[in-house]
Amino acid sequence: MWDHEIRAMASAHAVIAASVFVATVAPAVFVPGFSVYGAHLLWICSVSGAVTAVSVAVFWLLGVSPPTKKHTLGYKLSRLFRSCLYVLLSCLFFHAVVVLYGAPLIESALETFSLAVLLTCLTTLRCLCVLGPNVQAWIRVFSRHGAMSVWDTCLQITVACTLVGAWVGAFPIPLDWDRPWQVWPVSCSLGAMIGYLTGLVAAPAWIHYHRKQLTYKCK
Amino acid sequence: FRRGLPVLSLLLWLCAVYFVGIYLFVGGFLLVRLEVNRTSTCGDVLHPGEEPGDFCRAQPRFRRAVVLIIDALKIDFARFDPSNTAPRPYENKLPVLEENVSSKPLQSRLYPFRADPPTTTMQRIKGFTTGSLPTFVDVGNNFASSAILEDNLIHQFGQMGKRVVFMGDDTWESLFPKKFYRSLPFPSFNVKDLHTVDNGILQHLYTTMVGDDWDILVAHFLGVDHCGHRYGPDHPAMADKLTQMDGVIRSVIDRLQNDTLLVVMGDHGMTDTGDHGGESQKETDAALFLYSPSPIFQAPLSQNEPDVVPQTDLVPTLALLLGTPIPYSSVGQVLLPLFSPHQQTEGAVGGLSQLEALWINAKQVNRFLETYSSMAKDIPPESLSQLKEEFARLSAEYFTSVKEGRSPSPHLASSLQAYLTSVRDTCRATWARFNPLKMAAGLAILASACLMCFVMSELSLLLLRENASGLKAPVAVALTVGVCAGAAQLLTRGYIEAAWCLAACAFGSEIPFFWRACRLKTPAVSKNGAKPLKLSRWLTPRHLLVPPLVVPLLRCASLLSDSYVIAEGRVVTFLVLSLVLYIPIHLNWNDLLLPQSLDPLKSAGLLPSPILSPSTVRKESNTLLACFGVLIGIMYLSLSFHGCREEQGFCQPSPFLSPLSRLQDSQVKNLYYILSVISLGICTYLLRHCLCHYGNLNSSSGTVFTAHWILPLLSVCLALHWAVSATPEDSFRKLAELIRMAQLALPRAAFCLLGLGLGLIWLDPVTVFVKSRTSASSRSSALPLPRYRASTGISPQAELRHLIPQIYQRMRRSLDPGELSGGTEADNRPTVEAYGLGTVYSAPVLLFCGMLGIGLLLLHPEGMALSFLLLLLEMGALLHIHASSTTLSGMHGAQSGDFNVPWTTVVVWSLAVTQFFHATGHLPTFPSIQWGAAFVGFPDGHTGTILPALLVTLNTFASHILFAVSCPLLLFWPLVRGSRSGEEGEDAVMEMRLRENPQQFSSALLQLSTRYLFILGAQVFSSVCAAAILRRHLMVWKVFAPKLMFEALGFLVSSTSLLIGVTLVLRVDMAVGRWFKRLIPDASR
Repeated sequence: MWDHEIRAMASAHAVIAASVFVATVAPAVFVPGFSVYGAHLLWICSVSGAVTAVSVAVFWLLGVSPPTKKHTLGYKLSRLFRSCLYVLLSCLFFHAVVVLYGAPLIESALETFSLAVLLTCLTTLRCLCVLGPNVQAWIRVFSRHGAMSVWDTCLQITVACTLVGAWVGAFPIPLDWDRPWQVWPVSCSLGAMIGYLTGLVAAPAWIHYHRKQLTYKCK
Repeated sequence: FRRGLPVLSLLLWLCAVYFVGIYLFVGGFLLVRLEVNRTSTCGDVLHPGEEPGDFCRAQPRFRRAVVLIIDALKIDFARFDPSNTAPRPYENKLPVLEENVSSKPLQSRLYPFRADPPTTTMQRIKGFTTGSLPTFVDVGNNFASSAILEDNLIHQFGQMGKRVVFMGDDTWESLFPKKFYRSLPFPSFNVKDLHTVDNGILQHLYTTMVGDDWDILVAHFLGVDHCGHRYGPDHPAMADKLTQMDGVIRSVIDRLQNDTLLVVMGDHGMTDTGDHGGESQKETDAALFLYSPSPIFQAPLSQNEPDVVPQTDLVPTLALLLGTPIPYSSVGQVLLPLFSPHQQTEGAVGGLSQLEALWINAKQVNRFLETYSSMAKDIPPESLSQLKEEFARLSAEYFTSVKEGRSPSPHLASSLQAYLTSVRDTCRATWARFNPLKMAAGLAILASACLMCFVMSELSLLLLRENASGLKAPVAVALTVGVCAGAAQLLTRGYIEAAWCLAACAFGSEIPFFWRACRLKTPAVSKNGAKPLKLSRWLTPRHLLVPPLVVPLLRCASLLSDSYVIAEGRVVTFLVLSLVLYIPIHLNWNDLLLPQSLDPLKSAGLLPSPILSPSTVRKESNTLLACFGVLIGIMYLSLSFHGCREEQGFCQPSPFLSPLSRLQDSQVKNLYYILSVISLGICTYLLRHCLCHYGNLNSSSGTVFTAHWILPLLSVCLALHWAVSATPEDSFRKLAELIRMAQLALPRAAFCLLGLGLGLIWLDPVTVFVKSRTSASSRSSALPLPRYRASTGISPQAELRHLIPQIYQRMRRSLDPGELSGGTEADNRPTVEAYGLGTVYSAPVLLFCGMLGIGLLLLHPEGMALSFLLLLLEMGALLHIHASSTTLSGMHGAQSGDFNVPWTTVVVWSLAVTQFFHATGHLPTFPSIQWGAAFVGFPDGHTGTILPALLVTLNTFASHILFAVSCPLLLFWPLVRGSRSGEEGEDAVMEMRLRENPQQFSSALLQLSTRYLFILGAQVFSSVCAAAILRRHLMVWKVFAPKLMFEALGFLVSSTSLLIGVTLVLRVDMAVGRWFKRLIPDASR
């Protein structure tokens, strides 16, 4: 039914996944002694930046974002400003949630915040790209009948996968294996990233296989 | 009350089955031995024969001894095989032993040295110093400290005036405090550290040996063991470590003098992965190397050498060689090759002959056996009497041979040896062996009890509807099967073991239940048709992956890993938070969180029209989100009250955990005190406010009296008690007498008040205030139906809000359906107003729980008042979230009379128990038990053991008690809160709906309790599984076994408290019924 959109989605996801890969490999070329565990904050920064840039570009090119009513520059600027504000707020929100889940409050605040930034880039940014700066629409999307397009369904799947990945990523932390990836927040950010990549793969596949059952009321 | 009886009896039976399962497993897993606190003295070791001289004054074979303990020195490490050309890292690294054994056969010997499980270092040190077989629970006087109180070698050396110098593993220091002449302990905690202990020993070992201020030198090296834990035996680091040990032994041998005995031994072995703790041969077989510069062995490697030396045998051997009495509780047997086969001539340096040594040994073992069997009954009586006969026969034979002066027959020596061996085997069978059959039976019973819980919670309505006598069959079967099992045991074995009879009873009672459940299911399907309980439908991933199922599964799985058990407090908080987070997300997913009208696109007709008005939805979801915010805040704060396990390296225990009297800074002390008192005040105020809000403080019943007077008085008592106990002893000298009296009187007064309050609640739980309005009736007589009000407050606004119309008619119908006569009578009835009728059930439960909470706070350190406040708030927030989500999901609006409490809420409620177990400063370890609780109100100690044990139990399981007692509130709260949203009068009947549907009420109560028991039981089951599966794990005695005991005890306390809570609810129900009976004749007159 939405073959075209599914194909577009798959290719967009391929591009994003490739950007994640490049963002992981590229610093290794430029920064001596780089490793995902060793220079974890750098990795988070590079991956977050890459995902942000590529998703914004891809979704802008695809034109998924909801059509704006006004086309004045002022309105666009205010939208941009609101988006930035939301990103910042979302970072703080994720930081708070992670701390409430048991992350140290003061000691490794930088690590916690970088995890929050990563989660924001993987989830909130996508919401912004697909739905625009409209919190009510965000809340609406995450309900059984809330998805109004293939992209909304895709958003549901990727966001859920990312958050579940980050949640599962916290499991190995208490174990006494002394591995480098058990250090806070490596396992969580890796979990989130793996969840995100899974979501990128799973969303088009799931939509493809359920395309007969999916019905959207209106676009 | 007849209605409540089936619920109560079913629950009782369920708990009984659980208890039997736990009892069986624990009986097979935890081996209990009584400590005999007697010590041997020189006087009671008489030389056999004529001379009554002092044993200790005789010249011993050796004056001094060097004992080198190389932790985890496996026998494979000590052997040397010259033909092995490509040795593994742990092979052929100790050539010194082999060289000495082959070149000096009369001076040295190498034996495999078999330890008894549990093969952990501390138990082993106990083993080879006391000569006994330590079990996990050595019941002794000192439960709190780890020092050895049993008679042991170190103590005997001290008695003899020998100077014992110790260096190495600091476990010794805690086992033998102040017993050493000189002690150089080094920290043993860090397993990663291979060298600190060993290098520390080597710095002092040789200088000490050269000096002359020692008689016994004990050096405990840890490097090999740590290397095994860190790298495993098959690693170059092990080769380095063993080579270093080789050098150490060489240097020690070089420095030995003629009167000195060298013992090199491992305390246990290790598996191929370098772990130990279990009972496999790799773990139990260590090495024992004996060396003396002068010949000690009579013959070079004769054929009657023992193949393997049990670890306990070292104790009597060393004791007799060094001329000290054998420790009282030793069950070891002397190593014969070290003693001369024939009687020595008088005065010769050489000590005892083989037969004499054996005789002394046998006498000591027999004496111990007699003492022990008089104290404990766990040694089977028939083997005991057999052993006694054997000893009597042998001693007669020995005395005759000594008297006649003839050389004793070699047969006597071997009989004595056989006697000693059989004693040790009997003791080992009693103390040191798991009973796998019992463990398996316990596991099976627990598993089936969990299953039974689940089935009962799913079929609660059917079960209660159909069976008034449903329990008769299981009980009858249980009794028959139990008696049969007893009889069978009596016939086959001659005695009855109660555990097996109980097991048979439990199994027997389960069979008819499951049979009935299977039969019940079929009509259920055919009748409703809507809900087929098919297993295949349940097992799809969609049903299995829902968070309310995943979270308890994760929780149970986490009990199988030592790391997660160590971090349990945080793990549980994490899980609770995740599950609580799921509630609003799930509601949002079902479009229930936000009012539908917000989204105009949604009203296209795809969804059923909303039951609740948008304003209600908005209000409820705001409540829900606000409570949610409060809840996660509380959870975060609760993390700061945790204590610390010793395994958690960089952990600081919460400052609130120490009692105020220990604080030095008076300003901090005052601050803490004020904080505690404020939170106590808030607790009290909140309780009273809640009761007052729903109009339960107007009548003159006992419960109201409790809330009005006893509750504040109790709080004041508590605050004063804290103040008194926090005053430093020396600051008010003049008032010392008064303070001492207050310390005694205040807590006791609080206990009395608590008992009085709880008793009053129990006796007179109805908190309804009736106001007969005859004057108003004339005004309202025009109304078609009589009006009946259950208001919650005196104020008119409250009345309007909680007006309950038309309830009277329903009440009549539910009470006596036959008597409903119609409207003629009704017109004459006066309007009756009842305040607090809407919360008639929850008010006493709430007050009961609150009183209990403040009472339990009395047993805790003062700072825990904050934590208890958090507990109360979390309960409240959870109840509100539960109520709001129930209202939002329209469960009570849609079909009346269905009071199910969903799994999510029950799971959160039961996990919060563990969360607050940790947040009240408790840990599942024995050292962290707050023994101070036993002395609240009894500062001078106790005479009995029951009262202190009770107080400590109440202290430890405070959160278990509170959550279990208040569990029925989960059933009431949606009804209490639901009334506020329903403006249309039909819904505003609050808890009276429970009386309208008594069947549903009792089934919902049963369902709630069984669900709660199921979650708790599943946790017990998984910790039991952890103990059974991981019984060879390194951490079993440190982590899993204590966790199992705490979990099992917690379940015991929880289920008892749950029963109390349910009984209280039924008691209230009965009282309310009586109240109505009294009211109706009044009203109809």
